[in-house]
Amino acid sequence: MILIWFILLPLAGGVAAWLTGRRYPLLSRCVALLALILTFGHALSLWVRSTGIAWTGNGDGHRAWLYDVHYEWIPQLGISFHLAIDGLSLLLLLLSAFLGIMSVAASWTEIRDRTGFFHLQLLLVLTGINGVFLAMDLFVFYFFWELMLVPMYFLIDLWGHENRHYAAVKFFIFTQVSGLLMLIAILGLYFMHGAATGLYTFDYMELLRFQMKGSASLWLMLGFFIAFAVKLPVVGVHTWLPDAHTEAPTAGSVILAGLLLKTGAYGLLRFVIPLFPAASRDFAQVAMILAVAGILYGAVMAFGQTDLKRLVAYTSVSHMGFVLLGIYAGNMLSMQGAVMQIICHGVSTGALFIIVGALQERIHTRDMSRMGGLWSTVPRMGAVTLFFALASLGLPGLGNFIAEFLVLLGTYPADKIIAAIASTGFIGAAVYSLWIVQRVFHGAGNRAASERDGRPTDFSFREMAVMGVMMLVLLWLGLYPQAVFDIAKHPVESIRFTYAPGDNR
Amino acid sequence: MIAMNDMLWIMPAAPFAGFLVLALAGSRLPRKWIAAVGAGSVGLSMFAALFAGCSFMSAPPGMHAYVQVLRTWIDVAGFSPKIAFYLDPLSVIMVLVMTVVGFLIHLYSAGFMRDDEGYARFFAYMNLFVGSMLTLVLAEDLLLLYLGWEGVGLCSYLLIGFWYKDEVNGYAARKAFVVTRVGDTAFAIGLFLLYSNLGTLQIQELMYRAGQQWAPGSVLAVAAAALLLGGAVGKSAQLPLQTWLPDAMAGPTPVSALIHAATMVTAGVYLIARTHVLFTLAPAVQAAVAVIGAATLLLAGFSALVQSDLKRVLAYSTISQIGYMFLALGVGAWSAAIFHFMTHAFFKALLFLGAGMVIISLHEEHNMFKMGGLRTQLPLVYRTFVIGALSLSALPLLTAGFYSKDLILWEVWSSKSGGPLLWAAGLAGALLTSLYSFRMVFITFFGEAKTKAGGKPGMSMSVPVVILAVLSVAGGFVEVPVHFFTGFLAPAFPPVQSANKAAGEIILQIIAGIVSVSGIVLAWFLFLRSPHYDKTLSQSGFGSLVHRLWFAGWGFDRLYDVLIIKPFLWAAKVNRDDFIDLIYLGVVWTSAGINRFLTFTQSGKVRWYVTGVAIGAIVILGIVVLL
Repeated sequence: MILIWFILLPLAGGVAAWLTGRRYPLLSRCVALLALILTFGHALSLWVRSTGIAWTGNGDGHRAWLYDVHYEWIPQLGISFHLAIDGLSLLLLLLSAFLGIMSVAASWTEIRDRTGFFHLQLLLVLTGINGVFLAMDLFVFYFFWELMLVPMYFLIDLWGHENRHYAAVKFFIFTQVSGLLMLIAILGLYFMHGAATGLYTFDYMELLRFQMKGSASLWLMLGFFIAFAVKLPVVGVHTWLPDAHTEAPTAGSVILAGLLLKTGAYGLLRFVIPLFPAASRDFAQVAMILAVAGILYGAVMAFGQTDLKRLVAYTSVSHMGFVLLGIYAGNMLSMQGAVMQIICHGVSTGALFIIVGALQERIHTRDMSRMGGLWSTVPRMGAVTLFFALASLGLPGLGNFIAEFLVLLGTYPADKIIAAIASTGFIGAAVYSLWIVQRVFHGAGNRAASERDGRPTDFSFREMAVMGVMMLVLLWLGLYPQAVFDIAKHPVESIRFTYAPGDNR
Repeated sequence: MIAMNDMLWIMPAAPFAGFLVLALAGSRLPRKWIAAVGAGSVGLSMFAALFAGCSFMSAPPGMHAYVQVLRTWIDVAGFSPKIAFYLDPLSVIMVLVMTVVGFLIHLYSAGFMRDDEGYARFFAYMNLFVGSMLTLVLAEDLLLLYLGWEGVGLCSYLLIGFWYKDEVNGYAARKAFVVTRVGDTAFAIGLFLLYSNLGTLQIQELMYRAGQQWAPGSVLAVAAAALLLGGAVGKSAQLPLQTWLPDAMAGPTPVSALIHAATMVTAGVYLIARTHVLFTLAPAVQAAVAVIGAATLLLAGFSALVQSDLKRVLAYSTISQIGYMFLALGVGAWSAAIFHFMTHAFFKALLFLGAGMVIISLHEEHNMFKMGGLRTQLPLVYRTFVIGALSLSALPLLTAGFYSKDLILWEVWSSKSGGPLLWAAGLAGALLTSLYSFRMVFITFFGEAKTKAGGKPGMSMSVPVVILAVLSVAGGFVEVPVHFFTGFLAPAFPPVQSANKAAGEIILQIIAGIVSVSGIVLAWFLFLRSPHYDKTLSQSGFGSLVHRLWFAGWGFDRLYDVLIIKPFLWAAKVNRDDFIDLIYLGVVWTSAGINRFLTFTQSGKVRWYVTGVAIGAIVILGIVVLL
């Protein structure tokens, strides 16, 4: 039951919010918030308890599962409802509940239309995401993978901005097509494993023992990789992202950037590398080049944007490049860095999207050429934005720096040239991050934006609370990151071990 | 006796605490309180630094350093940087200069920024700066040093763009941050290299291992030193990354004094001195340090000679004086570089604070040619400013600047890796220095008054300036006649590799003295007695060309604009809509086209359908029969 709560709580919360939403929108918000706080508390209690659990396995290929539940479902086809978590999943579940709370709180005044239904969709997405982080059966995994999409589609299509239909359809088609490739790969793996061993199963832990060789494994690996690459996103298949992020409502953007992209990173770590270690090693060079291309391309694209939200969206392409790089560089430093980046990017970019949403709520535009000089009217907002811009450019003392530094430190022994080129992403990040602060808050005031609606109001207490918590998290991760590294250590170690058994770094 | 080992943290922590208070509650505090918190927190760390310095001198600790390990920052796969502070003779000098000058400038700012609406914000940023700077110089680990390094860069950005309503200031701030970040990135890559090959970033251990494992001149040592040099060049505004510093003068003048003259810009000097083992292992890079220093001191000296903005003269002068420090580092005269860092901090802070008082009493007038005659209007400022200018020009025997610059010139001459050529560059720079310093003095304070000065500066501004004036003179006597300063630093650095021990120091000193004085006399002649010579010279064809070139800092800005900024902007703009998306749009258009084609076949005309069925049948039959 311990693990089922992660699915039941948001699901039940969503339904309850939907039912109450029609009459009492405020109650609906509170119900959604409560369900997510309970989920978060549950995850937190597991974390606290996990510190007392004796870990098994030390880089010898064994996984250290914290909890593992197994229900028969369709035994004839080898499908079972198998959920398990290790430190990696637990971190992601914490992030999911945390960002869920933040996005409900951030949409408190933004969403006034069909409030209950909105919260149902929001919590359904989170249910799907939690399922993805829990599932240890490929069939169940695929089920949750698809479950994330539909409510996300509705979030964009129903509560989005001007161009929402286009963005929603584009998002859906990209993820659906790549998801189908993964389905083919899952079936391929299922049948090849069955043919080789006589045991037809979708169970992840069974399939882990199956070491496939030859070109088949490369093709199957690519099937998974492409699905995760679209989500991550890897440069080249990223073009759904700026549209979807820009058009989605604030909460949608936060969930997209903070969690949906992370399911791609999680998939690479959980499935692609352990299931196909040899093929992944062969592919590593390509992946790392794609990663560096993404880091630089995303940075240049971000700088070129005039739409503030689009700018923030492109920074994700750049930052997630570090995750891809860290995963494929394949040592403890780089992989721990990638895990850290997953969390820190979720928080910092989520916060930036909340800020953009709050700005749009006040001045009704996302066009940066119509902003400027807002610091004197909304100083708190300016200071908060500055903080997250600094996180985004990798200022030491904040979590993002730890993450990117470790990724590059680990990449260096793997490939010096790639590490050096990727490091120049620091410069690009400085350019676009400071540009945000300049265009929006510095300079002389811009009449077009401010006069039409009078003076915009500064962050309210609720908004400052949301932002304050997120700032504290980034500071904590920047100064005391060890707690995250400790809990991620064993899972990451065993993933790294399957990937590069000889190397002990 | 209190254990110093446990007290090092107070120095950076006090200003950080001040920052937190001001950032969280600054808008609600009365101005007096803001100033008290801002200056008080720096004062606290000054007392801690003085205390540490005294106990260091009275009873030198074992291994010549106090070490305080607070905790392990990260521990991943053997990479375990610590948050730890390390106080050796080098960092004693650094923290003393930083806290004393920092405290004086905070006091001064309490008066200078009196009427600014961003009073709390100003002191918050300044405190954050001092905390970061102290972290930088006290860090025992290169990763913590890097935290301080980026922190001071951030504060520099924040304070250059302090008056954010003007776009120009924002541009200057971003330019400073991005240009130094180019260097920082090289520095970061250097850290990756060092850790990957030597397995630690703890400075002392790293230096030890480098000496053990790397042969002098080996590729890794050269690469590591070159990458660290990249970082140093960016922060210290040396060629080729010097372009940001003149623009950085957009910030309030106390900021220019503290960050862009006395402390932060010398971080590169500190970094090289701190990792001097690496540079000794890479003679080629060390030679590059000397050449960069010599070239920078000359180029910036020429630029300083033609500026009209008072603060820009001082900015180019700072670049030039740090060039001297690099020159000294490049020939292995580590202590001399640090000595010049100290005296420079005193007299340059003094000059900037004096300039600030001039500017504020002339209502934000920066142009020297609109000043003049201030000698009688602002007598205190005049007297202290001249002391600063004399120290900058290295007036023999009396001023601190003479002793430090002379030590550098002598060691450049006598060092194995120095020589007459580098010495001549330094000497030429000395002539330029006194020339531009007194050009500035004569134009600003002599001649006829062109603008009437407003009110006189208050006590909180005058007192720091007077103290700095005293230090600008007395600061030299820590070395002469008893070699106290270099003796104190001796445990931190190896002695200068001297090739030319023959007596001659006296002769060189006399030459340097003559050069310094003749520069002043020449300035008097050119800019006060017969200014028409200068005018005709700068208006002649070639003269005006050179004038414009020097004025624009040798055209580096334009070069980078054409080579880097324009192409980048173009690439960002032209691809705003992401060409990769065209691929997917292509898929969309293709499928839409096929769709239109296929709907065309669904015309509802039976004849067409029959024909289609017949053709299809024939084709299939044909395939079956033929294959």
